[in-house]
Amino acid sequence: MNAEDLLALTISLRLAALTTALLILVCTPLAWWLATGRSHWRTPINALVALPLVLPPTVLGFYLLVFMGPAGPLGRALAAVGLPSPAFSFSGLVIGSMLYSLPFVVQPLRDAFAGVGSRVLEVAATLRASPFDRFVSVALPLASRGFMTAAVLAFAHTLGEFGVVLMIGGNIPGRTQTASIAIFNHAESLDYAGANRLSAALVILALLLLLAVYAGRRERRDVGQQARQDVRQGPPWRWS
Amino acid sequence: MALELSVALTRGPFALQVECALPTRGVTALFGRSGSGKTTLLRCIAGLERLPARVCFDGVLWQQGRRFLPTHQRGVGYVFQEASLFPHHDVRGNLQYALRRQPAAAPHMQLEEVVELLGLRELLKQRAQALSGGERQRVAIARALLASPRLLLMDEPLSSLDEQSKAEILPHLTRLRETLAIPVIYVSHSIGEVMRLADHLALLQEGRVREVAPLAELLTRADLPLGISEHRGTVLSGVIDSHEPRYHLSHVRVSAGLLAVSQLAAAAGSAVRVRVDARDVSLTLLPPERTSIINVLAATLIDLTPEADGAQTLVRLRVGEELLLARITRRSAEQLALAPGMALYAQIKSVALMDPSG
Repeated sequence: MNAEDLLALTISLRLAALTTALLILVCTPLAWWLATGRSHWRTPINALVALPLVLPPTVLGFYLLVFMGPAGPLGRALAAVGLPSPAFSFSGLVIGSMLYSLPFVVQPLRDAFAGVGSRVLEVAATLRASPFDRFVSVALPLASRGFMTAAVLAFAHTLGEFGVVLMIGGNIPGRTQTASIAIFNHAESLDYAGANRLSAALVILALLLLLAVYAGRRERRDVGQQARQDVRQGPPWRWS
Repeated sequence: MALELSVALTRGPFALQVECALPTRGVTALFGRSGSGKTTLLRCIAGLERLPARVCFDGVLWQQGRRFLPTHQRGVGYVFQEASLFPHHDVRGNLQYALRRQPAAAPHMQLEEVVELLGLRELLKQRAQALSGGERQRVAIARALLASPRLLLMDEPLSSLDEQSKAEILPHLTRLRETLAIPVIYVSHSIGEVMRLADHLALLQEGRVREVAPLAELLTRADLPLGISEHRGTVLSGVIDSHEPRYHLSHVRVSAGLLAVSQLAAAAGSAVRVRVDARDVSLTLLPPERTSIINVLAATLIDLTPEADGAQTLVRLRVGEELLLARITRRSAEQLALAPGMALYAQIKSVALMDPSG
């Protein structure tokens, strides 16, 4: 692997890690609201959250580029306070990745929170736990598997994205060129050996991630009820 | 001091129209058929459900109009029908969850004390999922107590259990009744549980509270549909006076005198409740002699109510400070010329013990 490949790989990993962390932060309250709220807005918000699942990545990337570019609303607003446009920059990639991977975090979290059920939360309330206390001491630990799933999905999905990153980042080596784009470049220039090296690295990485997930899952098997509950209420895109 | 409740709720075909004051001493059973609104009312008291209601507990307004004190600030313990233990904690963790949230000012219940009371010592390290239904419910009750509630609400805590678990848990509940200083509201549709545990009874019918009164008073009211009429009866409270090992009998002192029952395991001085079915009580005007019936109490006749079948009459009696029911034929009532105020003797053929506490 040459220095440029390594750099691309580092950018991919940094992007995936940052996107995952930010998404978990943003999506936890959103998923909680979707799972437990009573608002009529939940249906349209649910649909909106699922949109990136069905949208071609290039479409998403294109609109984001227009939105974030120097002439777009976000670009102009940022320019007004003296900040550069996020288009063709790492921060632009993070924004794009977050939107693209949003459903992969919101949906498992939402389902995990819904799976906690209202009963244990009611019990906690009668034991004098405040709403925030109930969330931290009951909902979070009982939804922990959902967080695991969400984090792995977001990380892996961000690592593999291509269309959005290409549209927003513009394939700038060392700044916005991720591993998946670097592989494309190698293949384009018929450097199959280079494409192979980077691709193999990604395959191994993906395998390690899945191994971690399944190992974590096995450990929980013996927690009878919890596991059964998981099977019943687990997310639809489990890898088995 | 009372728990004042007024609820006006219409939800499709279901209507809850409640206007009552429940006593805040001892155990009050909220009794009624399934679907009569018992659970809804209990959830409203706990603040788990926000109904158009006014709830005032011992002078503290919990809910009225826009004012709504959330559940966690009401200080109510709640035992649900199916024990909902936290699956991410073992038994001790479940108990400590409550313990850690005890308010500093409230009278504290100690972990040790509650563990002893509900017999949980062996279970402390078990995971919630490994427990039997009865054990889980016992842990749930202990957990509710450890939060030092001002009021304990129990929603048919035995209804999801099999007979064996019920039998295992009932003595604990009985013991609880004697130990607890806080008021308990106990939802049930089982007259047996009510007779065993309740001091007061609130009768709920089709979303309305028909009566709130001391248990014996409602049990002896002929106009109320309490239980199957075949098993209509009442309870007497007493303490174990002495044992008579030679005949395998124990004597229970009730306010009207002594009753002999099959020998009990509990020591003299323990509080017990006995149940006397109306069909097991016969009446005589003279003190009976040379009879096989050993339990005879002097009684005063309160009133007579002919039963719907035309053959039987339900007789309400005062024995000491308590009430007793006798079911006799209408012919006997006429032949004996029974009338309110008469002094007579109640012969009790069988006495069922309700509290083997200990």
